Amino acid sequence: MRRWQIASFALFFGLWELTGRWPVSPAFPPFSNTFLALIEMIRDGTLGKAYLITAQPLALGIVLCAVAGIAFGIGMGLSRAIEWLSLPVFIILQAAPMAAIIPLLTYMYGIGLTSKVLAVIMLAAPVIVMNSYKGIRNTPPSLLQMCRSFQGTRVQEVVKIVLPHAAALIFTGLRLGLAMGFIGIVIAELLITPTGIGDLISYHSSTADYPKMFATIASIVAVAAVSLHLLQRVEFRLFPRD
Amino acid sequence: MTEAIVEVKGIGKTYDSGVEALRDVNLSFPKGQLSTLLGPSGCGKTTLLKIIAGLLPRNAGQVLVKGKPVDGPGPERAFVFQDFALLPWASVLRNVAFGLELRGEPKEKREEVARKYIAEVGLKGFEHRYPAQLSGGMRQRVGLARALTVDADIILMDEPFSSVDEQTRRKFQEDLLDLLRHHQKTVIFVTHSIEEAAYLSDQIALLSPRPGRVSKIVRPNVDHSRSPDEIRRDRGYLDTVDEIWGMLRQYV
Amino acid sequence: MKTLLSLVVWFVLWEIAGRLKLSTIVPPFSAVIEAMFEIAPTEKFGKAAIITLRSFGLGMGLALVVGIPLGIVMARVKGIGRLLGMWVNIFVSAPISALVPILMAVLGIGETTVVVTVFLFAVFVITLDTQVGITHADRSLVEMARSFGAKRHQLYTKVLVLSALPEILAGVRLGAIRGVKGVVIGQLLVAIIGVGELFEVYSNNFLMEEFWALVLIVFLFAFAISEAIAALERRVEYYAASR
Repeated sequence: MRRWQIASFALFFGLWELTGRWPVSPAFPPFSNTFLALIEMIRDGTLGKAYLITAQPLALGIVLCAVAGIAFGIGMGLSRAIEWLSLPVFIILQAAPMAAIIPLLTYMYGIGLTSKVLAVIMLAAPVIVMNSYKGIRNTPPSLLQMCRSFQGTRVQEVVKIVLPHAAALIFTGLRLGLAMGFIGIVIAELLITPTGIGDLISYHSSTADYPKMFATIASIVAVAAVSLHLLQRVEFRLFPRD
Repeated sequence: MTEAIVEVKGIGKTYDSGVEALRDVNLSFPKGQLSTLLGPSGCGKTTLLKIIAGLLPRNAGQVLVKGKPVDGPGPERAFVFQDFALLPWASVLRNVAFGLELRGEPKEKREEVARKYIAEVGLKGFEHRYPAQLSGGMRQRVGLARALTVDADIILMDEPFSSVDEQTRRKFQEDLLDLLRHHQKTVIFVTHSIEEAAYLSDQIALLSPRPGRVSKIVRPNVDHSRSPDEIRRDRGYLDTVDEIWGMLRQYV
Repeated sequence: MKTLLSLVVWFVLWEIAGRLKLSTIVPPFSAVIEAMFEIAPTEKFGKAAIITLRSFGLGMGLALVVGIPLGIVMARVKGIGRLLGMWVNIFVSAPISALVPILMAVLGIGETTVVVTVFLFAVFVITLDTQVGITHADRSLVEMARSFGAKRHQLYTKVLVLSALPEILAGVRLGAIRGVKGVVIGQLLVAIIGVGELFEVYSNNFLMEEFWALVLIVFLFAFAISEAIAALERRVEYYAASR
């Protein structure tokens, strides 16, 4: 496993270096320049500061989304009435390009934290809700019958069977929700008045400092990839698939 | 004649799709004996078992347990599922104790009882394993232990050995009879295996399909005091198997 | 039918909320529908729609042409699968929109950037699902075909791709949904063409009826494409069920 990973990285960065040196476009720096720019930005603290700013609406949005989204998804799973009313809406929201609505947020909530938190919530909520809902609905009928055969009450059924079974999908939903959250915060920071990481990207773009711009972009992609990968490892630990 | 602990009278069941699964089924199950419902696919034997268990509603007729009509599940009946129905996130110990957990029994007490039956089904030492770590045969032992732990008088078994391999299945059958010798339980068993029914049962109800109804009741003439291998070669056993096959082959 | 009824309830609520002027940015549903019929036949919308559909079509076409063969190769040649697998997995959940500024810097502010955005949004999930589909293609079918002397290309066309079709179509559907998001985000960031431009114009000038009408049109488009592919999936699934 290890050797393939190293080879894979080497291939990617190697290609990057080569295409960067090829005079196709001045705006495409080779890997080495980007890496140096990254080091510089870490050293002088600009990257750290930007992440601190970006992390706030992301974390806040995901936490709010998780609490409300999971609760709502569970509600949809347990109540046919709620399901009837909300399922079509969430199915549409999952397919919809929510990003179109993000610029509108500035009109309602200005250019501050609220808009960005809402952008994260708007993108992450559908997948969190849908996964929680599916987790509840997909409870194996045989387990439910087993509970009934031992005269379990409906409450016991929900608490001891439905919810523990749904936990796996709920966690998956959270992981996918975080992925959408990253997407949401990046779009929000690029579209709404830039702050944090989005600001860095736009600023270095406007000053044509391409190594630094690339470095910032690569860093956010890397941060997203690493955190999602870690979450997936936790997920497989907690909910082994047999 | 031993008194009947469970009786079904005039049971009828039609599914929403319009398929009539059972029609006018009348049976009585003697106390302390192992009765089998046997028949080809689609004869409604699992449906009938679940109606007796109170897990499926019926359209007609009555189920009487100890003389009283019942509508839903009850503490005197315990069910063993074909696909085991174990909680994958719970240990063997918790799974076996689950019936008592639902009744609100305190943890120590229910675990004590569970441990006893875990040992009886031959799973001592596996209390803290999880279902994913067990073979199919072991999982079904957990299911059986769970049914025994709630101390029900009647155990209902829905093709319990159909998801395990042939060798495990034979061992299981022998162990089941052994176990039942020590506990005064009434067992209602569903299977499609003629050999299994002839080996295990005191009474076999043959069901014919579409719609399901009782076509014959057979009492195998098998001497269970002999060794399992001797039984499988015993005249009475082999005759029973032949007789039943003769009656069922028309439905294949 | 029940589904439609629940949507109708939402439309009614929307209407009421709009009439009560609960929020400045939410006009009544009827006004939005009216606006939808007003802007649809206009030349401006027509041009925007064509540009958008063109970018979407090109981007998706590229994603299919690259993604499906790549997925097949990654599934059949273990080395390539392992080498590229990590990157496909990273980019499938990565915030691709972060890459758009790069595209703008390198390819300029125009349709090319949007096409590449659509491509990048869609290609990774198509590749991944194709790879998974081919990897899990029924082994016994492959063995059966081989035992009857199937040649390599026959194996691919007659067995592998067909067997993996449900997964491939699932990937294409997800890719199409992402593609729509890609064309919208790409145009929003580029801001001077297509529906992205219209979104900007409407929201800047506070033309809320028109804005929501456009939102509805785009959402309906995304939904329609998704359902069309899902219908294809269902037709193909009948044989997947027997697997």
